[in-house]
Amino acid sequence: MSADMLSAFVDSAERHHATVHRVAPEEVTATIARLVEAPAVGVALPWGLDLPEAVATDPTPADLDAAETGVTAARLAIADYGSVVLESDAAGSEAVSLFPERHVAVVRAGDVVPGMREAIERLGDRLRDGASAVLATGPSATADMGDLVIGAHGPRAVEIVLVEEAEEMDGHDSGPDSEEDSRE
Amino acid sequence: MSKSKSRAETAARIRHLLDTEGDAVAENTRGFNRGRYESVRELDDYESLKSAARAIKEDAIERIPELIDELRESVEANGGHLYVAADPAEANAYVREVVDGGNVVKSKSMTTEELDLNDALEADGAAVTETDLGEWVLQLADETPSHIVGPAVHKSREGIADLFAETFGLDDDDRPETAEELTRFAREKLLADIREAEVGVTGANFLAADSGTLALVTSEGNARKTAVVPDTHVAVAGVEKVIPTVEDLAPFVELIGRSGTGQDITSYVSLLTPPVSSPPVDFGEADSPVAERGAAGGDGATDPHPDREFHLVLVDNGRLDLREDDDLRETLYCIRCGACSNSCGNFQSVGGHAFGGETYSGGIATGWEAGVEGLDTAAEFNDLCTGCSRCVPACPVEIDIPWINTVVRDRINRGDAADGEGSGSVGFLVDGLTPDEEPAGLDPAKRLFGNFETLAKLGSATAPLSNLVANARPVRGAMDRWLGITRERDLPAFERETLVDWFDARGGPRVSEGLARREAVVYPDVYTNHVAVDRGRAAVRTLEALGVRVTVPESTAVGSGRAPLSQGMVETARRKAERCRDALLPEVDAGRDVVVIEPSDLAAFEREYERLLPADDAERVADGCFEVLEYVYGLLENGADPGGLTTAEDAGGRARVAYHPHCQGKTLDLEPYTVAVLERLGYEVDTSETECCGMAGSFGYKSEYYELSMDVGEPLSEQFGDAERVLASGTSCREQLDALLGSPAEHPIEAIAPGE
Ligand code: SF4
Repeated sequence: MSADMLSAFVDSAERHHATVHRVAPEEVTATIARLVEAPAVGVALPWGLDLPEAVATDPTPADLDAAETGVTAARLAIADYGSVVLESDAAGSEAVSLFPERHVAVVRAGDVVPGMREAIERLGDRLRDGASAVLATGPSATADMGDLVIGAHGPRAVEIVLVEEAEEMDGHDSGPDSEEDSRE
Repeated sequence: MSKSKSRAETAARIRHLLDTEGDAVAENTRGFNRGRYESVRELDDYESLKSAARAIKEDAIERIPELIDELRESVEANGGHLYVAADPAEANAYVREVVDGGNVVKSKSMTTEELDLNDALEADGAAVTETDLGEWVLQLADETPSHIVGPAVHKSREGIADLFAETFGLDDDDRPETAEELTRFAREKLLADIREAEVGVTGANFLAADSGTLALVTSEGNARKTAVVPDTHVAVAGVEKVIPTVEDLAPFVELIGRSGTGQDITSYVSLLTPPVSSPPVDFGEADSPVAERGAAGGDGATDPHPDREFHLVLVDNGRLDLREDDDLRETLYCIRCGACSNSCGNFQSVGGHAFGGETYSGGIATGWEAGVEGLDTAAEFNDLCTGCSRCVPACPVEIDIPWINTVVRDRINRGDAADGEGSGSVGFLVDGLTPDEEPAGLDPAKRLFGNFETLAKLGSATAPLSNLVANARPVRGAMDRWLGITRERDLPAFERETLVDWFDARGGPRVSEGLARREAVVYPDVYTNHVAVDRGRAAVRTLEALGVRVTVPESTAVGSGRAPLSQGMVETARRKAERCRDALLPEVDAGRDVVVIEPSDLAAFEREYERLLPADDAERVADGCFEVLEYVYGLLENGADPGGLTTAEDAGGRARVAYHPHCQGKTLDLEPYTVAVLERLGYEVDTSETECCGMAGSFGYKSEYYELSMDVGEPLSEQFGDAERVLASGTSCREQLDALLGSPAEHPIEAIAPGE
């Protein structure tokens, strides 16, 4: 992960109608708080990051239906495409990222990979272990109603919170992601 | 039914579709096609990704049985079930048992269309809702898809607004109108059905044997809801969807959206390894948390959720037989991206309701329908592939789609003969004129066009009388009635003096052996030799001005086989190819370059001869042949002096030229040479963006297709309507441009050739 790759990621994501917020770990909670529109639901974040109070965990189907915003973590991000990789889990991340109009995805800068090949390579063993994931690029969309419409069955807005460690924010290469804080 | 009656019916049906659906289809498909060009341009490794994708499919289809076994192990190890259905009846019976009359939501799946699964489920009382917005529109309208990727491309926004208003009894005040309002409305309605669903049915774009993962490529998000909300997921896919590993997905993910709709990637590529770990969203218990309380992101990600059930139904339905078919096997490499539909002139005009069968549409539909439904279904629309070949570079898995159409056409020709259908009263006449390798009952129009070479020889020998007779009104009437040759078109006028005769009469080569920069044969193709002799003379003069010792041997005045090939007369084409090879290879062996004027003949040499001749011969012919402007380009690059050629300055005020490259020439990447040469000589070139002019050899002459052919050419009249000087490389493009613009186009070689 290099500074160039991060800015490539930001460009590609914005080209696909997503917005990227580059923040330090200690700013994550406040950034999410700023980005959510109530009512908001979420799934507890890994990596020692906290959701703001305004985001309710353990949503019911009724909550999912009513929520304006859903907050989840993303496992990887792809610089060439501006995609985030959303892994399914027992906590219901898939539904939380899908039902509300606005999805806030939290991804670590160390988990940005350059291209599709690298992303799929990283996913290979994970999928062989039984995991599922969605490569999500921008909001849902359709061209079936006579014109391009952003926001179809899924979210209409995607906000990506890109979490950068201090040295990453200085533009230094942080090397491969460290094992201690990975979520496996 | 007589042929002329069925021709009239075909013409009427096409006219109806042009009027009712043509505009919406044209706007959508041309938009997708433009998007594809832009989107693949961003990929540095586009060609190598295509080759990688192709290689993966070749290997996977080769190993289908073994990969299905591996996939079964993976799916069962995850706790799912895999069932291989031989035919629609078996597939539907299996799904019906799982569904058991419950509520079903579906995401878009062509394979379930092929099975008529919805009808089968509804017969059991199940409520089945399509959740893809396009598919839902068609479900409400009770129509069939007109495009494999955008099923409702034939519907306009206004049409959809009316449909919703009518179906749901909305009054003028609250009826949705804008695309945005229509989408909202549909989302809300469909969410209600998704909440109630007991089973979600999806297709699969790819299935990875090593993990049991299925890939779903979508943008709306409905496939995600379909798979995640109900606790039971049924995926239905053809056996050809299996690929060996997860890693093999990478090139397809990069190519599929770009090729189809011009999106570099769709909003969602779901990689589901079902039964998935996500908890079902049970709206029956709307107030109980979806997951265990306190669960955090990443928990249990690799464990199937205990309440989930998954069934994968793999459908054979003719595919394993296709796999054994050396000519049609490639069909199974198809990833259903839709690029062959979008890049096709005919499809852009008329859409999949004409250019399609029971389920599939566009160029590759011929292969699918022949394999899945049978030749009769493929025969209904196979004529609409003109062999223009514009889909070939567009196809992400490098399928030779025109060849599949040619082979199927050949089989249809032969099948027709077998049931002894009559061929009209002039059939015998045409038969006598044109001895060929084809079955006796072959449609006489096909036979006539396929044997154009014989006709041309006769035409030149008896010109100008032949032209007068052919154009006489009663004759045109009879041609229309019996052969289906439209009265609307001018017939090609044969020249009394052929190119070969002209060259001989002029006294042979003019550049001496000693001074020659190179030696070349100008290939007197049938059109250049008998009809468009001017461009042949221009080619000779141009090459001579550049120091080439040119000959035009009588021995090489033989057809390439292009004409019979375009009619699906493969054996006749093969015989012609052999004869042409025997004429050209001695020239090549003697160190002479073969210069070809007609792009469709060069395309035969470079693309089809490998199907018709031994590989070695085909390669030698292909290597020895050059398109005329490509050859001029090479000469100029190697230092030939363009001083003798006609520059833009010499041409006075006629320096701006509009140029329509020939479809097959474009596929061979010839366009840049012509443009470069013209620019080097000072011309300002405005190149057409149209894939094919719509004439496509004999296609535009056929009564039933005349209107379609003119419609396909419409963008050319829009772009070139005001052009002062129009250049076109192909003879049929020339005729079409003449018909569209009212003034004849010249071959680019005529623009640059020295004066006579
Ligand atoms: S044949 Fe090729 S271009 Fe046509 S749909 Fe299939 S993959 Fe796409």
